[in-house]
Amino acid sequence: MADWTLKVVKPENFRGTANILSNGGKNPLTAMFGRDETENPAVKGYAIYAVFENLAEHKMEAVKAVFGEGESLCYESLTSVLPAAAWYEREIQDMFGIVPQGHPDPRPLVLHDTFPEGFYPLRKSVEKDADVHGSRRMDMSVARGEGVYEVPVGPIHAGIIEPGHFRFSQAGESMLQLDARLFYTHRGLEKIMEGKTPDEALPVVERICGACSVANTWSFCQAVEKIAGVKISRRAEIIRTLLMEIERITNHVGDLGNIPAGVGFNPAISLGGRTKEMLMRLQERMAGNRFLRGVIVPGGVRQDISSALCKDIADIMDKTEVSVNDLTEMFAQQANFQNRVRTTGIVRKETAVDLAMVGVGARASGFAHDSRKDFAYGLYPELDFNMVTEKTGDVAARLAVRIAELTESFKLVRQLIGMLQNDKSNDAVNLTCQIDWSKVSGDDWGLSESARGSNFQFVALQDGKIDRIFVRSASYPNWPAVTIAVQGDIIPDFPLINKSFELCYACIDR
Amino acid sequence: MFKVIERLLGDKIATEKISLTGSERFRGKITGSCTAAMGAACAKACPVGAFAAANNEQGYAIDYKKCIFCGRCVERAMGSLHHSREEAMPVITEEAAEVTAEVIRQKLGRSLHVRHLDAGSCNACDFEMGAMSNPLYDLHRYGVHVDASPRHADLLMVTGVVTRNLEQALRMSYEAMPEPRLVMACGACAAGGETYGASYAIVGAADQVVPVDIYIPGCPPRPSAMIAGLLAAADMLAERM
Repeated sequence: MADWTLKVVKPENFRGTANILSNGGKNPLTAMFGRDETENPAVKGYAIYAVFENLAEHKMEAVKAVFGEGESLCYESLTSVLPAAAWYEREIQDMFGIVPQGHPDPRPLVLHDTFPEGFYPLRKSVEKDADVHGSRRMDMSVARGEGVYEVPVGPIHAGIIEPGHFRFSQAGESMLQLDARLFYTHRGLEKIMEGKTPDEALPVVERICGACSVANTWSFCQAVEKIAGVKISRRAEIIRTLLMEIERITNHVGDLGNIPAGVGFNPAISLGGRTKEMLMRLQERMAGNRFLRGVIVPGGVRQDISSALCKDIADIMDKTEVSVNDLTEMFAQQANFQNRVRTTGIVRKETAVDLAMVGVGARASGFAHDSRKDFAYGLYPELDFNMVTEKTGDVAARLAVRIAELTESFKLVRQLIGMLQNDKSNDAVNLTCQIDWSKVSGDDWGLSESARGSNFQFVALQDGKIDRIFVRSASYPNWPAVTIAVQGDIIPDFPLINKSFELCYACIDR
Repeated sequence: MFKVIERLLGDKIATEKISLTGSERFRGKITGSCTAAMGAACAKACPVGAFAAANNEQGYAIDYKKCIFCGRCVERAMGSLHHSREEAMPVITEEAAEVTAEVIRQKLGRSLHVRHLDAGSCNACDFEMGAMSNPLYDLHRYGVHVDASPRHADLLMVTGVVTRNLEQALRMSYEAMPEPRLVMACGACAAGGETYGASYAIVGAADQVVPVDIYIPGCPPRPSAMIAGLLAAADMLAERM
């Protein structure tokens, strides 16, 4: 029994049911995804899911539309009533050929021009390594009019950044419209993991994205552990939570050093860079890998955190806190810097809610959304920390949220270290429990709050093998907000705005 | 303003000598020897096909271009194999079989201009590339500069497994570079191409699309390993000029 309330409906009732579950927009759309169930004798067709977070009752509510054998793969698009559905519906169309009728922007999203029309990679009938070539149309959406011109940027950018193509429609100096073509780093990870056991899939899950290795792995482990019905040891749970907070601190500190790069504020870049390096080295000492890979496994964690290491972590946290406070002061004292970040790249609260934004992006616009509070997982229910929100929704607000969250995370790390040091159980020898996957079947989801926001995963296991895995990282719902935030600002502000969201391409592209 | 000055004066110089040795838990090059049966079991446990049982002194051979340093072989070998704290060294195709520590210590009187291209990475390699410029590594001191355009670059530093959606970008960036040009495949994806396995969306390692001169092992390689590779590249370039 999966950890959500699920309504199964006919395609023609999908939109209506989804609308009810969204409760007039109060319950954000967590994710939508398709599934090939042609081999399931009870379905013999395809299915699409829409998952909503009931924020008031802290639970997930889902609707599944089933397209039976031979039935038309069409349904009425949700996008016009739920703008957050726009990308999901386009992705499902690319991957399964299930058509959202009436979608305002039905262009391909994931598969670029080199893929043929009518190629739906996540259908079971398609080979994993299908070698197909063709050409499909991928138009950019641009504004037209007298004096309006286009500026194309990317996919290869001037710095060390991930690939994406941007098309700015400019009216004078102002960005009138921005269209982003992403999914350049689409590796087909969801298809790759099909047929693997959770242990076999783990190295891939850890490498969905570098910045959120812990968050992605934890979401995955939550899902498969729920399906297998195992509960991990308390010490393993503490270690996971600690890793998560260290990963958040590292990413947030990295952003504090990276956002000033958008305006060339060098002393801050330098201080941020050296503080982050200290954290990366700490991560290596904790995990053996600078990105905390290789610790969290289904059933627990693979390495313990010793008392000596706890002391080192506490020491680095103290030093990091000093650097963060100094950075904050540097930002506050620099009028030029404040001038650039205030009122730049605004996302209003209504937009954040409509797009079901998550993480720092949502909280900076006054939309209180934090899975550490909304969904009790790990050790979070026992820990004392506050959810941070800001109101202005600009670059300055996103910066302020990160700074205030760092203080909360330092608090959390200290509590967790105390728990580890006081833990007198003999859990340290039983950090993992062995799971015999061959007898495990079922569907479930996992969720964890990464530095960027909630990372949701849906996993379906069939006799211990992955039948379907869907990965929705925090960057996915936030990306469309970037294109809205830039409107009216000038192109030189784009790097600054983009950095303030710090969205990852690797984990949306998958 | 005062805080900026206070920090600048207080912090002094952070730049360090490059160390190719990691911390105690660091999963670096694999040492030890194992039996044929153990070697076969380890090879089976390897998710990327980097580990192979072999008829040599150690009883195995590891293709460090593919290795993601996940530690599954070590776990499987139950005490016969260990991770050393040493980083795996860059693999160079033509001039030399391996780079010696001497090259790394050598002071270079020439420059190397680098263009980065993410061909489909998980962004860990990219983060580590960015770290090369932080005050502790200070890439600039070696005369290495990261460029905005392939037209100005001597070396194309490729991270990530080449995806179908980026194959053209990689080819065009390479073609845009002036001769003599070098290509570095940085990290297990670009160098080995087996990190995720085959898929409809993946072309493969960087050398499936453009000729590669230097391979940097690691998942991701640490900034120190990247710098070692770049210094070796600067030497190779000097020979080609």
